Amino acid sequence: MNRDELKKILTDPDFQSLVKKVTTVSLIFTAAILIVYYAFILLLAYGKEFLGQPISEGSATTVGIPIGIGVIIAAWVLTGLYVYWANKNYDPMVKQLREKFRR
Amino acid sequence: MKKIIYTWAGLLTISLPSLAGNEAIVGMNPVAVAFFLFFIAATLGITYWAAKRSRTATEFYAAGRSISGFQNGLALAGDYMSAASFLGIAGMVATKGYDGLIYSIGFLVGWPVIMFLIAEPLRNLGKYTFADVVAYRLQLKPIKILAALGSVAVVILYLIAQMVGSGKLIQLVFGIPYELAVVIIGALMITYVLFGGMLATTWVQIIKAVLLLGGATIMTIWTLAKFGFSPESLFQSVKETAGEKWLKPGGLVSNPIDAISLGLALMFGTAGLPHILMRFYTVPDAKEARKSVFFATGFIGYFYILTFVIGFGAVVLVGLEKITSIGKGGNMAAPLLAQALGGDAFLGFIAAVAFATILAVVAGLTLAGASALSHDLYVGVFRKGESSEEQEVKITRVAVLILGITAIVLGIAFKNQNIAFMVGLAFAIAASTNFPALLMSIVWKRFTTAGAVASMATGLFLSVVLIILSKTIWVDILGNPEPVFPYKNPAIVSMTLAFVVGIVVSLMTREPEAEEKFEEMKVRKYLGIGAE
Repeated sequence: MNRDELKKILTDPDFQSLVKKVTTVSLIFTAAILIVYYAFILLLAYGKEFLGQPISEGSATTVGIPIGIGVIIAAWVLTGLYVYWANKNYDPMVKQLREKFRR
Repeated sequence: MKKIIYTWAGLLTISLPSLAGNEAIVGMNPVAVAFFLFFIAATLGITYWAAKRSRTATEFYAAGRSISGFQNGLALAGDYMSAASFLGIAGMVATKGYDGLIYSIGFLVGWPVIMFLIAEPLRNLGKYTFADVVAYRLQLKPIKILAALGSVAVVILYLIAQMVGSGKLIQLVFGIPYELAVVIIGALMITYVLFGGMLATTWVQIIKAVLLLGGATIMTIWTLAKFGFSPESLFQSVKETAGEKWLKPGGLVSNPIDAISLGLALMFGTAGLPHILMRFYTVPDAKEARKSVFFATGFIGYFYILTFVIGFGAVVLVGLEKITSIGKGGNMAAPLLAQALGGDAFLGFIAAVAFATILAVVAGLTLAGASALSHDLYVGVFRKGESSEEQEVKITRVAVLILGITAIVLGIAFKNQNIAFMVGLAFAIAASTNFPALLMSIVWKRFTTAGAVASMATGLFLSVVLIILSKTIWVDILGNPEPVFPYKNPAIVSMTLAFVVGIVVSLMTREPEAEEKFEEMKVRKYLGIGAE
């Protein structure tokens, strides 16, 4: 690809909005997983009693078990949501831009 | 506040069954031997098939970019779920209860990070190794030297830990001598990688992942069936046999700073493991790369949930006394549960699965190490990026042989050494040396060659030195009374400083060419135009 073509794509408003969108979305998702995981770690450090109590009167299952499993599921669901977003938004934008510049 | 009970040393010995109980628990069980031979025959058959499709560099390093997102998801899971995850985490749940779950969560949360920050740009910008991305707009030679150093350090440490752990495991499970076990593993691993390249390695990993997930699923359903498919009644039995504290968080996270440091190493270390990053070049494009992380995260998370049930099942159905008498750290909890559930036949199957697990992991590591030596070091540094494909593949094969033999020799040499720090160090180096440089090269325009070199050198140096000064080596191995560095994992200091030094040095230097290329790089990074 030559210089002019590159310049054309780089200054294209659609391309610039794609870059902005992808950056924002990936930062939001990164923040989400960091918050989920470190909230769990802080809960372990400062809320042991809460996590250790039974989920209901007389049950052996503690609050910590569904929360722990929940963190695992949340990590997976977040990757799923990102894929869903990317398939629905990112890929069509890429396709459109590639068609626009016939690449 | 209670002191931390589990040190890194304690946590990471989980891959090492003790030599105390030298009685083999399977011995030459015919079912185990049959599954074992079947697995070897099948994987060698695949290697033969793959050998004809591993001639060009792209075929050898990246399986001709022919792997689908789903297949790569399985292979990534196969690369990541080591015998330590299967036996170690199930054992940790059996002997420590809830803390085993906390530990496994740490190993999972790096995957979303890979997806959101790394996977797509990595696929679009690189060729065969993550160092390609760091060097994309910076000066090839210095970057490749340091990146190769970081990769090889991670690979060797991880490889020794796997070799020693698996040698002891196989000795314990099958009753064959340690040295012979290490040589068998080494020879098979060299064969897969040398002849079959990435294609054979990928399929070994896929088969292993299916076997491991299948075996663990059967075990979990079988266990739950004994409790009327009610987790509550399983937990009730755990409470009765082992005590209430098995269901509550224990001492794993008591000091928040230590916990955060460990969390950083696990989370960002995963995103800096060369054998994991390399797998993203086996898929055709960024879309498939993204998909493969989704599947990998699902498989690995599902697997950790299974190991939680398996560990608790072992507490009730095998009994704590028996578990702790056979392997230190409860490593034999899962095989013993298999025996309790399905007798020697099922135990034989699970033992063979554990063996397959080891082989797949070491094969992936060897391939990643060999490509760092040949593609990054030989071609990137000595040939300045110019080498024929034929030559490059030839050098890689030599590197595979050297690395494989080194792994066997070191595996035997470290037989009775305390190597518990090695996996922790590998993750710390990956998080401090590889990850910061990779991330900054993708996202930061002003990042310069000098900044990248300084960042990687700082990360590598600090993670190694601080591990030596921490309790794991300074006190537990060198016998000093007090650690110089107070935390168990260096990542909170070494990774942070790798970023700081990278930023400061980049700001102090200017590289207009790199800045210009950053703009051009965007087209390839976001649209995949020009991606290989």
